[in-house]
Amino acid sequence: MSTQLESWRNMALEFVPHALAGHDVPRVLAARQSAFTRFAEHGFPTRREEEWKYTDVSAIGRRTSLAPDNIPPDPSFEAKLLAWSIASEGMHLMVFVNGHYDHTLSMTDHLPHDIRLTSLAYLLDDTSHFSEKFFDKKFIAHDFFDKKHEHTTFSALNNAFATDGAVLYLAPDMVLDVPIYLLFIASGRGAAIYPRNIIIAGENSRAKIIEHYIGTLDVHNFTNAMTQINIAAGAEIEHCKLLQEGPAATHIAGIHAEQATGSLFISHAFTLGGHLCRNDITTQLNGTNSHCELNGLYLMNERQHVDHHTRIDHIAPESSSQEHYRGVLDGSAHGVFNGKVVVHPRAVKTNAHQVNHNLLLSRQAEVDTKPQLEIFADDVQCTHGVTVGQLDEDSLFYLRSRGIDADLARSVLTYGFANDIIERVSVPYLRTRIEHLVLDRLPQGDQVKDLL
Amino acid sequence: MSTATKQLDELIGREYQHGFYSPLQTDSVPRGLSEDTIRLISAKKNEPEFMLDWRLKAYQHWLTMAEPRWANLHHPPIDYQDIFYYSAPKSEKDGPHSLTDIDPELLRTYEKLGIPLKEQEVLAGVAVDAVFDSVSVATTFKEKLAELGIIFCPFSEAVHKHPDLIQQYLGTVVPYTDNFYASLNSATFSDGSFCYIPPDVRCPMELSTYFRINAKNTGQFERTLIIADENAYVSYLEGCTAPMRDENQLHAAVVELIALEGARIKYATVQNWYPGDKQGRGGIYNFVTKRGDCRGNNSHISWTQVETGSAITWKYPSVILRGDNAIGEFYSVALTNYFQQADTGTKMIHIGRNTKSTVLSKGISAGHGQNSYRGLIKVLPSAENARNYTQCDSLLLGDKCGAHTFPYIEVKNPSAKVEHEASTSRIGEDQLFYCTQRGISTEDAVSMIVSGFCKAVFQELPMEFAVEAQKLLGVSLEGSTG
Repeated sequence: MSTQLESWRNMALEFVPHALAGHDVPRVLAARQSAFTRFAEHGFPTRREEEWKYTDVSAIGRRTSLAPDNIPPDPSFEAKLLAWSIASEGMHLMVFVNGHYDHTLSMTDHLPHDIRLTSLAYLLDDTSHFSEKFFDKKFIAHDFFDKKHEHTTFSALNNAFATDGAVLYLAPDMVLDVPIYLLFIASGRGAAIYPRNIIIAGENSRAKIIEHYIGTLDVHNFTNAMTQINIAAGAEIEHCKLLQEGPAATHIAGIHAEQATGSLFISHAFTLGGHLCRNDITTQLNGTNSHCELNGLYLMNERQHVDHHTRIDHIAPESSSQEHYRGVLDGSAHGVFNGKVVVHPRAVKTNAHQVNHNLLLSRQAEVDTKPQLEIFADDVQCTHGVTVGQLDEDSLFYLRSRGIDADLARSVLTYGFANDIIERVSVPYLRTRIEHLVLDRLPQGDQVKDLL
Repeated sequence: MSTATKQLDELIGREYQHGFYSPLQTDSVPRGLSEDTIRLISAKKNEPEFMLDWRLKAYQHWLTMAEPRWANLHHPPIDYQDIFYYSAPKSEKDGPHSLTDIDPELLRTYEKLGIPLKEQEVLAGVAVDAVFDSVSVATTFKEKLAELGIIFCPFSEAVHKHPDLIQQYLGTVVPYTDNFYASLNSATFSDGSFCYIPPDVRCPMELSTYFRINAKNTGQFERTLIIADENAYVSYLEGCTAPMRDENQLHAAVVELIALEGARIKYATVQNWYPGDKQGRGGIYNFVTKRGDCRGNNSHISWTQVETGSAITWKYPSVILRGDNAIGEFYSVALTNYFQQADTGTKMIHIGRNTKSTVLSKGISAGHGQNSYRGLIKVLPSAENARNYTQCDSLLLGDKCGAHTFPYIEVKNPSAKVEHEASTSRIGEDQLFYCTQRGISTEDAVSMIVSGFCKAVFQELPMEFAVEAQKLLGVSLEGSTG
């Protein structure tokens, strides 16, 4: 490990991201260089670190290259896209292939005029000027590539290597009813992919965003994604992340929100595929009366490993949070959940509730869960609850006594367990698609559909 | 609410009541720790060769270890070379044979604490192995217990009289390599209690030990070993208070419990050491390793603790549920006031089939107190049908204090059922208002609400202790408890 750290440090000295977006903007270049230096100082986390106690990422460190690859898309993509995509009529779609925006596959024409949705690389490389300060390159370098946003060493790496992603700006009072759909396809053999999304919601604006990650082949892709969400006073953002990476892919991601007075942030994280998946989801309730809702469902099988770390910082008074995470672990899957709620000294009248339920379906499956409350204010109401168990024998018996065979009965009950999270998604069309994705992963899922 | 808050502040701002210091002549070895100190301690206690070897191995291992930093505790660095590792009250060379042989000053100390030995023997029916600083000076009821074959004596005596039992069991639950403080204890422990209950014997009385730190700057390193042989039963009480002192004192005890097939051990603690003054000066640093091993099938170990004292409490009484159908329990009330910090909880390791564990933790924070619950529930693949229920609640009194929970849950068996619940809140204004408008003073109302909050844990304490625990809680928070 130490020799590896050494080599990264040497790399850091020579690191000039010439091929990356924004390389001719000195601020961006400098931000990337210092981010890489910070990464090289520390290297990848080890299991000795509390936040990585149950997740071993040493395999990433053994990759031959960490630099992002630019693998051209396969010509057959366009045909397959229909099968993968969950886009519906009228959705605003941006497609990224191996971390690069593909505008031929995307559809953003019919966006209302007040909404800016563009590619990060385009923004950083383009010579024309946008009037909004949010699209200023210096502003982006300063506000979004800064070390204050580096929650893990992977975010530093993303700062150094981020290739592309969506930048969304919602003007104040802008309400967008149709979801914005961001589709990330990983297909290159062993590619390293660094998507970076920036979402800025102006005052009282409202939008729904879907981030969908799909992996195609059984190759060792490494995706390191990061999404930053800035929610101004009174704004509402519903963010839904769907993770369906390929069976050998590694996916490490961060979703980091900051909330002002009276804002609402709803996050859904559905993790349905990937070899090693880790989501760090954080939000800071900086304004009074702000509210967040973090929902998550992980459904893993075989030797898959899934890790969700969430952190809610109640900084201002009278904020509230709700967290619901559920996991279904079959085969030799390993699920990890760590939900941290921090109530800062000023944050009186905080209301925070968190639950995590886990279903273990096989002898080899394992779950490690750690809900965590850190409270520094007195006038608060905080609770958390965790359960780990298996399907209820009585319910199974009930179904079997009515002529439903054992496997199907198990699938029905598992689906019922998972559905508690699915039904929290507000877009009906999206909810149905997720229901189907979940059913596809259950034995005899088709027949469960018939029973519903 | 502002008047109520003010009253609350006055109530929780009371000084430590048990702060007095008996000037006794002590027989100390020089400050600091080295192989020579350990040889000296061992020689003073006239220990057999195997004990010295064990201590030296522990010391060598300790040298390779670093202080743990993961706990949610903050304290100035401890200089382990600036501590007296041994001090024994001066008394007759041969040691006392009856109460009359004991230093009258010492007896008066006990009386102030409310445990007059003279009366205790007759009235309470409790055998007391009083540990005054590092050497046990009085042991009562020994003969009665001996009739049943129960061995209950100071650790140093057991080393001489029952070396086979010591060699068989010492360090089998908490090995000398276990952690920084356990290694330090293994190398330097001065004395403690030893208890062996033979098969099929039900110990007829509550066994108890009073620990008391007295000599200035003496780290006290107790070691307790309790073995309940097949189908035996024992209930053991441990309680402590310490005199007021300005410099921080280090306390690193180790308690090992071993329950063989069908045996049951109940271990209860009331800890009320000096918590430091209102500014957070002084107070005891309490780094304790307590662990029970349910070695046989159908064995049962329960820990009950009431932690109101110490500037720092670092304590995780654990149970290893090795035997099939074994049961582990942990009931805890931890109170932090002033600048006290507590990082406490439990570990339940499920290994055997049908093992069950219950964890009930109540944390109360007042003043600038920081109270953390840290627990681990681990279900190994072999633990078929394991069951755990954990509840940890925190009560906040004041806006400068903090309450934290760090529960770790690791499950590797699908037939396990694990549940964890936690809540944190303050005493509601409406609750206080309800009481006060019915003519109950704020003080009584707070006491009542706090007692109610802790009731589920106090119920687990033996009668004698339940009363004392209520009192302690009252004293730590205010004047009296209703």
